[in-house]
Amino acid sequence: MTEKKIRSLDDLRKLKEKTGDLTSARSEDDKVKIILGMGTCGIAAGAREIMNAVLKELETRKLHNVAVETTGCIGMCQNEPLLDVIRPGEPRITYCLVTPADVTRIISEHVVNGRIVQDKLFGRAD
Amino acid sequence: MLEDLSHHILDIAENGVNAGADEISISIDDSGDMLLLSVRDNGRGMTEETVKAVVNPFYTTRTERRVGLGLPFLKQLAELCGGVFSVSSEPGRGTQVTASFLKTSIDVPPLGDVPSTLMTLFIGYPGIAWKYIHRRNEKEFSADSVELRETLGGGNVFLEPALALGVKEYIETNIDELYE
Repeated sequence: MTEKKIRSLDDLRKLKEKTGDLTSARSEDDKVKIILGMGTCGIAAGAREIMNAVLKELETRKLHNVAVETTGCIGMCQNEPLLDVIRPGEPRITYCLVTPADVTRIISEHVVNGRIVQDKLFGRAD
Repeated sequence: MLEDLSHHILDIAENGVNAGADEISISIDDSGDMLLLSVRDNGRGMTEETVKAVVNPFYTTRTERRVGLGLPFLKQLAELCGGVFSVSSEPGRGTQVTASFLKTSIDVPPLGDVPSTLMTLFIGYPGIAWKYIHRRNEKEFSADSVELRETLGGGNVFLEPALALGVKEYIETNIDELYE
């Protein structure tokens, strides 16, 4: 790694210039939503590491139309980490016991191609 | 259980979010024999009675389940590590949670990945002004989500993964420098 690490606010400004203005390109309604359970149970089960994996995957694939959100405990603690995907106009799909490796699959299969990853499915809420 | 302090910070900070705060300050002082952690919010606060109840694992205001483990876990950990845990709160003004840990205690958990915790909070709760101060001997690093957002051009910039990861790296580099 020869690249200089981001250290100052100026380094962040340069990163912004390099990234360009991609966030405003689409309205909120066109965005795919990824929602992570971030209650005590989710955190203990590794939800923050799932957040890291989601960001890395979105960054690697240069996906800019995805909004990442968090939510609290929904009372299914034993199934955490929970990760929900909502594609515009489609029902909310909940995945359970998600690992960082599953994130790659869920993003490539479901977020990008619209195919639900059946073996990680928890349920559907319309 | 939560494996390190950065996981506890993430968990405790979310209490402030649920209390309707719009400003939450997290501070760490890693200078002396004790590691000090404080999370302060300007949310709706609690009555004296509620403050006493929150460290009971079977107290929660939520209806999804009957336990509330965040604060009891942190209290247990601080006391196990020769430290002190306290919650002070005033209705309408906010709440402050502090915990200290004796650094020589064998049970003291590592600080963990604080940058990931902060990034998760910035992304998850963009409406809150997050402030972070980390002191280590004579050195200090502070981060402010409002200032970072303005630096990156305003709006919900943390939704752009490249920028969110950039901010995480910024925090990481600066915290690392406190320990050089």
